[in-house]
Amino acid sequence: MRGRFGAPLSTLGARGLGTPLVASEAMNRVLVIGGGIAGQAVCERLRERDPDVPIALLCKETVPPYDRVALSHLLAGETSRDELQLRPLEWYADHDVDLRLGAAVERLDPDAGLCALADGSALAFERAVLCTGSDPLLPPLPGIDLPGVFAFRDPADCDAIAARARSARHAIVIGGGLLGLEAARGIAGLGCPATVVHLVDRLMERQLDEGAAALLLEAMRELDVAVRLDTQTAALVGEGAVSGLLLADGSVLAANLVVISIGIRPQVALARAAGLAVERAIVVDDRMVTSHPRILAVGECAQHRGVVYGLVAPIHEQAAVAAATLTSGTGAYAGSVQAAKLKVMGVDLVAVGDATGAREVLAADAAARTYRKLVLDADGRAAGAVLLGDTRGHELLLDHVRRGESVADPLDLLRRASEAGAADLPDGAQVCNCNGVCKGAIVEAIRARGLGSTQEVVAVTRAGAGCGSCKPLVRELLAIERGGAGEEPAYLCPCRKRTREDLGALVRERGLESVSELMETCGAGRDCGACKPGLAYLVSQVRENRHREERHARFINDRVHANIQNDGTFSVIPRIRGGVTTPAELRRIADVAERHAVRMVKITGGQRIDLLGLRKEQLPAVWEELGMPSGHAYAKAVRTVKTCVGTDFCRFGLGDAIGVGIELERRMEGLYTPHKVKSAVTGCPHNCAEAYVKDIGLVAVEGGWEIYVGGAAGATVRRGDLLDTVADGEAAIRLALAFLQHYREQGEYLERTYAWVERVGIAAVREVVLDPAGQAELLERYAIAKAAADPDPWLERHDPVHPKQFAELDSEPEPLTPIDIVLAGAGGGR
Amino acid sequence: MTPELHRIGRVSDVPLFEGRSVTLAGRRVAVLRTPDGFHAIDAACPHAGGPLADGIVADACVTCPLHGRRFDLRTGAELGGHPGVTVHEVVVRDGELWLRLAPDTLPLAA
Repeated sequence: MRGRFGAPLSTLGARGLGTPLVASEAMNRVLVIGGGIAGQAVCERLRERDPDVPIALLCKETVPPYDRVALSHLLAGETSRDELQLRPLEWYADHDVDLRLGAAVERLDPDAGLCALADGSALAFERAVLCTGSDPLLPPLPGIDLPGVFAFRDPADCDAIAARARSARHAIVIGGGLLGLEAARGIAGLGCPATVVHLVDRLMERQLDEGAAALLLEAMRELDVAVRLDTQTAALVGEGAVSGLLLADGSVLAANLVVISIGIRPQVALARAAGLAVERAIVVDDRMVTSHPRILAVGECAQHRGVVYGLVAPIHEQAAVAAATLTSGTGAYAGSVQAAKLKVMGVDLVAVGDATGAREVLAADAAARTYRKLVLDADGRAAGAVLLGDTRGHELLLDHVRRGESVADPLDLLRRASEAGAADLPDGAQVCNCNGVCKGAIVEAIRARGLGSTQEVVAVTRAGAGCGSCKPLVRELLAIERGGAGEEPAYLCPCRKRTREDLGALVRERGLESVSELMETCGAGRDCGACKPGLAYLVSQVRENRHREERHARFINDRVHANIQNDGTFSVIPRIRGGVTTPAELRRIADVAERHAVRMVKITGGQRIDLLGLRKEQLPAVWEELGMPSGHAYAKAVRTVKTCVGTDFCRFGLGDAIGVGIELERRMEGLYTPHKVKSAVTGCPHNCAEAYVKDIGLVAVEGGWEIYVGGAAGATVRRGDLLDTVADGEAAIRLALAFLQHYREQGEYLERTYAWVERVGIAAVREVVLDPAGQAELLERYAIAKAAADPDPWLERHDPVHPKQFAELDSEPEPLTPIDIVLAGAGGGR
Repeated sequence: MTPELHRIGRVSDVPLFEGRSVTLAGRRVAVLRTPDGFHAIDAACPHAGGPLADGIVADACVTCPLHGRRFDLRTGAELGGHPGVTVHEVVVRDGELWLRLAPDTLPLAA
C-alpha cells in the first residue's frame, strides 16, 4: 500500500514498535510544529493543495500565529496586537486545521510517527513539518540578566520595551541590523532618546554597501536615533537594574533601557533530540525534507544548501515547496534571493541580493539623499540592488535578480525601473514580500473572481495584508485589470449592484417610506438580505427619521436594543452622559445587577457601565428598574462622549470638558449613523479623554477649542485631522454637529469616519463644513432629523412593536415592576 | 414511527421576515417566517451556537447574527458549504403553529 504522500509507508519505518507512546488518532495526519509565520504558511499552502488531509498546527504560545515582521509597527504604536494576528480563529475551523494553542512538543519519534506533548498526551502523524523558528541571539555578556535588558522578539517584549521607554532617560539598542534600527526608531518615537551601538563599521552591513550605509546613518540621525559604529560592548552594568554599557575601550554609555538585537539562533533542540542532522540549523534538502524522510523543516530553523534565512519572503517560498513535497513529492527549492525592506517611517530602503559585485552602476543624489545601485556578477547577470530614498521599481529589479537575468545596459535598467509601473512587471515578480504573493497570482484572482476593489484583492490574495507597503502597487494592478476604470463603486446592495447614491435618489424622488417599498421598487435587499440594515439606515437618513420603521430590516441588536453576545445573551449599557454619574445612580445600577444576577458588571472603554449576560426576556424589566435611557451601545449610532474633569477639578484644565461633553452628548444622542461614532471632549492638550483618536474629538486649548475628526483607536489607529479651531464650546459643538450630519449624509454604510475622511480628504470635508452657508444647511437638516429621532428606544418596554419583541415562542418578557416597589423591596436600610 | 405534531404558538407570534425559538423534546428549534410561510430549523448555528431565530431573513434564507453564516430555510444547507442544520416541519392550522421534529432527531428514549 502507498501512503497518500507518494512514498510507500513501509519505507517510513515501523510505526509503534516498542514505543511507549500511544497512537490513536488520524494516521495520515500532517503535524505542523510551531505557530509562527512559517507554520501558518505551511498550513495554508498545504490546505490549498489538498482539501482533505488532516492538519494539526501545534503552537507553543497561547495565541494563534501572528505577524512577527510587523513587531516594529507594534512598538511604534502604528498597529495593535489584534491586528498582528495572521488569521482570525474562524479561519482554522473553516479550513479544518486543528489549531492547538499552548501545545509544547516535548519529544518527537520520527520512526514511530509519534509526538509527545508537554501535557503528557501523544499525537500520531504521517509527516511532520518543523517550523520551530528561532530565538534571539543573546551574547554571554556580564549583566545580560539585569532588569531593563530586553530582546526584541515577541509582543511581550514590545510591551515591556514600550513601558520602560516611557520612563527611561536613554535607551541603547545593541545591533545595527534591520530589526535593531526599527527598534531604535520605535523607542525614539516614544520620546526616549535612543542610541544604536554596532560592532562593525557600517549599518546593515549584510545588506548595504558603504555608500548606502552612510546615507542611512544620516537619515537615522535625523529621526533622533544616534549611532555608534565600531563599538564593542564588554558588559552591561547597573545596581538592581541596567544603568549603562561598559564598552571594550573602557568607557561607559548611560542607558536605563537596553535592547539586544544582534541576530537569531535557530531553534533546533527538538530536531537534535530526535536524531535529525543539525548544523547551524536543521539540514534540509531541495524538497525541504530533513535527514529523516518523515520530517520536513521550514523557516528560520531550517538550513538549505548551507544558508539559514532570517527574512520572511524565503519562508513563504519554502512553505510552498514543503506543501508540494507533502502532496505530490515534487517540491524543489533552489534557495531564495534575500530582499530586505526597512520598515521605518520616513526612510525608504530596499536591499536585494548582493550589495557589491563585479560590476556596479549607481545613480545617486546626495542632496536629495537618494541612492540607487544595481550590482552585476562577473558574467553580467543581475545579482543585487540597493535602493535608498527612492525605491521605485524595486519589484522589477528583484525579479531580474531572482532570475539571474543578463543585463546589457545596467544604467538603462536602473532608469527603466524608476519609471516601471505595475504593467511592466513580469507575472513572477513578487509584489507582497510579507505574504509571498506575486503579480500573476493577484492578476489571476482579480480575473477569476471578478474582484472590484483593493480591499477585496487584499482580503482574497493576502497581498498587502502584512506591512501594507505594496498596497499602492496592488491598487495599480487592479486599475490595469479593470481597463483603467476606477475601482468598482462601493455597492450598498452588491447583489443588485446598487450604490448608496442611486438608492438614496430613489427614496427621495419616489417618496419611499420603508425598506419594503425600496425592495419592491428596485429589488435591493431581496436576495441575500445582508444589506437590509444598510437600507434601513439609508431610508431613515434620507427621510430624516420620518420613515416607516421595519424591524425585519434591522440587525437583532436594533430589534431588542441591546448588544448580542457570543452565547446569545445581551448586554445593557445605560446612557451616562459624559461618563458622569451619581452615588444614587450607581446604587440603583448595583441593585438591578444583583436582582437580575447579571453575570458581569464591566466599566467600558467609553466610560460607561455594562451589564452583561442578560436574556432577551429580562431586558424590559432591567430597563424599567434602571430608569435610565438607552446608551445606544448596540447600534451604528452616536455612542459615547468621553470626558476628563477639565476645569471642574484639574489643575491643568483650560476648558469645561464635562459641561461641553455632556451638552455635546445630549445634542447628538439618539441619532443613527453609517457606523458607530465615538467622541471625546478633553480639557487640555494632555488629552486624558483621548480626543485625538475619536471620530469626533474636542480639545480645549489656550483661548478656544480644537475640533479633531476621523480619529480611531480600534483595529485601526489614526490620529484625527484638525478640522478647525474655534473660540468657544458652543461653536465647537455646532461644528461637531455639522461634521456629524455631513458624515451621516455622505458616509457609506459601515464606513467609519476615519475611513471616510481618508477617502474623501479632510480638505473636501472642510470645504463643506466650514463654509457658513453649507454649515447652516447641515445644521438645519440635523435639527430636523434630531427632532424626529426616537430619543429612547428602551421605552418600547411599555409599548412593544410586537407582543413577542422580547420573548421566544415559549417564553414571556419578565413583568415590569414599578421602580419604587423594587427599591423598597431591595432592603439594605438605605 | 413519525414524531407527533405539537402546538407551539400562534401565527401572529412570529412577524414576517423574523424568527422565534421554542424547545420541543429537549431540542431548541427556530421558527422563521417568510412570505411563503413558516420554516423550522435547529436553533443553534453549528459554527458557534449563534441563535438563528435572531438572524436576518431574506430570500428563504437566514443569516446567523454572530458570524454571518447563511442557511437555506428549505433544505438547512449552509450557503458557503459549511455544515448545515436539520429542517423540521411546521404546520399551520386555524391560525396556530404546529411543529413536528425531523424523524431522526428524537432521543431514543423519548
